[in-house]
Amino acid sequence: MTTGRTLLQVKDVTKRFGGLVAVNNVSFDVKEHEVLGLIGPNGSGKTTIMNLISGALKVTGGTISMQSRRLSTLPAHQISRAGVARTFQLVRILPGLSIIENVMAGSAFGHHRQWGHQAWHQAEELLERLGLDEQMHQPTSTLTYIDQKRLELARALAGEPRVLLLDEWLAGLNPTELQIGIDLVSQLRKEGRTIILVEHVMDAIRSLCDRCVVMNSGTKIAEGTPSQVLSDKDVIQAYLGDE
Amino acid sequence: MEARWVGPVVGAVLFIVAALVPYVADGYWMSIAVTIAMYTALATSWALFSGPTHYISLASGAFFGIGGYLVATAMSDYQLSFWLMLFIAPIVSAVVAALIGFATLRLSGVYFVIFTLGLAEMIRNLVSWVQNNFLGSRGLYVLTDFTEDHIYWMLLAVCLAIFLFGWWLSRNRLGFALKIIGNDEEVAKHVGINTALSKVILFTTTGFFGALVGVIIAPRYSYIEPNQVFSPELSFLVVIMALLGGAHRLWGPLVGVIPFTLIWEAITISFPNSTTLFLGIAFLLIVYFIPNGFAGLIEKYWSRMRA
Repeated sequence: MTTGRTLLQVKDVTKRFGGLVAVNNVSFDVKEHEVLGLIGPNGSGKTTIMNLISGALKVTGGTISMQSRRLSTLPAHQISRAGVARTFQLVRILPGLSIIENVMAGSAFGHHRQWGHQAWHQAEELLERLGLDEQMHQPTSTLTYIDQKRLELARALAGEPRVLLLDEWLAGLNPTELQIGIDLVSQLRKEGRTIILVEHVMDAIRSLCDRCVVMNSGTKIAEGTPSQVLSDKDVIQAYLGDE
Repeated sequence: MEARWVGPVVGAVLFIVAALVPYVADGYWMSIAVTIAMYTALATSWALFSGPTHYISLASGAFFGIGGYLVATAMSDYQLSFWLMLFIAPIVSAVVAALIGFATLRLSGVYFVIFTLGLAEMIRNLVSWVQNNFLGSRGLYVLTDFTEDHIYWMLLAVCLAIFLFGWWLSRNRLGFALKIIGNDEEVAKHVGINTALSKVILFTTTGFFGALVGVIIAPRYSYIEPNQVFSPELSFLVVIMALLGGAHRLWGPLVGVIPFTLIWEAITISFPNSTTLFLGIAFLLIVYFIPNGFAGLIEKYWSRMRA
């Protein structure tokens, strides 16, 4: 994948929860049209970084910026309007809204705002693209797990974000669903979207990511292409422990 | 007729019928009609905020009291006109609501409920204290030429304004934002909604309309006392009626207010000393048996009938 200029910059970011340092002085760049994998063992601070970028949490130190605009001082809704959309580690759909309203929620207030008929048509198109067109008129509560994940992705895409954060979007899927999921993300990648994904599924990382940042206990321990980092001595040690 | 016009047309017809009530009702029924109009305004405006967001506010009594007390003080002590206060008191109350909103709408669930209850009590005691210590414990009078009919028509106009506002809300971004906030506030923030501001705006309208009703109803009592207009019972009644009707529909509170007012009237006549007990029982029964209110029941049977 060709990569352009730097879109998102994470610089010397630290997050402390009381005495616990969840993220320690981490820096990395995300280029336009790039899919960046954020990987590492459980509890290494990946989701915390996602939460810091999306504004769910505030940084203790360092900065996160999108091109020249500093995001790390903004509240979550302004970060969203600036063009950062996300899915959640534990899927969060809106059960009291219809399926189409769930998608429109992403465009009504987001980066690229739409309302009324336009928003409705866009939501229908997105649902079709993500393979939810048959379920479109069902009650939201009847959706299966993967369909809920699709719906959440549709909501995130509806605002036409500049950066998409996928937090373990492929977790918890069965093998067939997983393949569908990987295909979907790879389709987004082909469209040239900028994506940061936190993932444990190695196949997905290898086939989807242009570059990976590896975390361990809150620190960045490696950065490079998937094959580079997955053969890195420190990374193997972090995942498997000492011999 | 297109389905989306059924609601507004039915609403318009009902409004015209309601406006004609004073020509047929006698004194007794007129006083019940005024009570119904008053609670319809309060409960509907309450539900516009609390229905979608699920933030249960017990501050209705405070806003209502601000309206009643301000008009009484202004007319008794400063010889200001009723009409001026009809304009000023709701604005004062809206400002108070906005301040409360910014301070408390970060609180979630039960903390918000308790805070609004405590706040309403605090305002009541504060006003009583100021009144007794500095302004002299004289009574405050609201003397006007209004009859029950006039009060009723004014309240009906307020109801109309609230329904139009609710209708407008249901088709614009702000109303959509509140629905999303009620579903998942974290998601709401992450799709770009300024959750605090959205909640404060709606809470402010509740404050505005609460005081407006308080001003209009004050001439009915003529004699105003802080302990009476800042009644915590009113806050609970508003919540119960809205829930009985169903807070998820614009017309929900209305179908709760009418039967409840009639039953309440019968209870206060038959058991004047145990109204609070019945209030508690009513609350339990509603929450237990009809959690979505009459509106929920009506919708359920309606969809069953059509299926």
